[in-house]
Amino acid sequence: MRRQSILRVVSKLLLPYIFLFALYVQFHGDYGPGGGFQAGVIFAAGFILYALVFGLLRAQQAAPPEIMEKVAALGVLLYAGVGVVAMMKGGAFLEYGALEHDPVHGQHHGLLLIEAGVGITVAAVMISIFFAFADRRQPQ
Amino acid sequence: MLTGIYSFLGASWMLLLDAPDVAFTEAAVGAGISTVIMLATLSLTTREEKPRRFRLLPLLVVIATGGALVYGTLDMPHFGSPVAPAQLHVAPQYIADTVPKADGSSLAIGVDNIITSVLGSYRGYDTLGETTVIFTAGVAVMLLLRRRRKREAGS
Repeated sequence: MRRQSILRVVSKLLLPYIFLFALYVQFHGDYGPGGGFQAGVIFAAGFILYALVFGLLRAQQAAPPEIMEKVAALGVLLYAGVGVVAMMKGGAFLEYGALEHDPVHGQHHGLLLIEAGVGITVAAVMISIFFAFADRRQPQ
Repeated sequence: MLTGIYSFLGASWMLLLDAPDVAFTEAAVGAGISTVIMLATLSLTTREEKPRRFRLLPLLVVIATGGALVYGTLDMPHFGSPVAPAQLHVAPQYIADTVPKADGSSLAIGVDNIITSVLGSYRGYDTLGETTVIFTAGVAVMLLLRRRRKREAGS
């Protein structure tokens, strides 16, 4: 699709806003609709659009598959890590109230971190699955 | 294509039901990513299915499993029933803790979005498990498709 100039220009215009919207959904999830999962899939969908229009090679340069796999594990690790930190601070596993002196602040920060973990994992897994499918079409 | 259109309709329907979270997911996953992956699968596989011998045992296993699952749902309360445990057990407390009081004080979580507070805080274990499931699914897909590719490259 490299010669489709309309597609290229339109997606070039749209992509920054898609990614920005994904980040908005991610970090505004405490107040508005959304959260880690939604943000992750929106981010992945934007990235897949990039890969479709500008080619798999450039997409894989932007997000190397090997790194994506590790990033997917990192998200789960971040989520579980928040739980472990809460335990070390004297609470139960995943008891965010124990993270800070003020339980409400602790809840806020805990939620922000775990949502980030969910978002990272979902986006990385979706991109990896897309790569795994799309890669096989290339002649070896 | 049809599933993509259906997902978009589903997303609009969820938006009408005041569930923008689900609508986001439906639009991005159902209409966007699934359609792309479905098309990729179609281009990877051949058009015709290989003729296959009819086998009785898998059919019996599927019927038995499906029958057991349907039998399990018979004991459940009716869909949307106001006396179901889902409406009466812990949900009222979650709502009372999340919806701001009249004086604007004493929020247990301090997060306005009740979905985030239930998913992330009250049901934190479940969401951790869910994230792990997604991760595991991704790893499984990568393992399945990766190995094949290496073998092809090696041969």
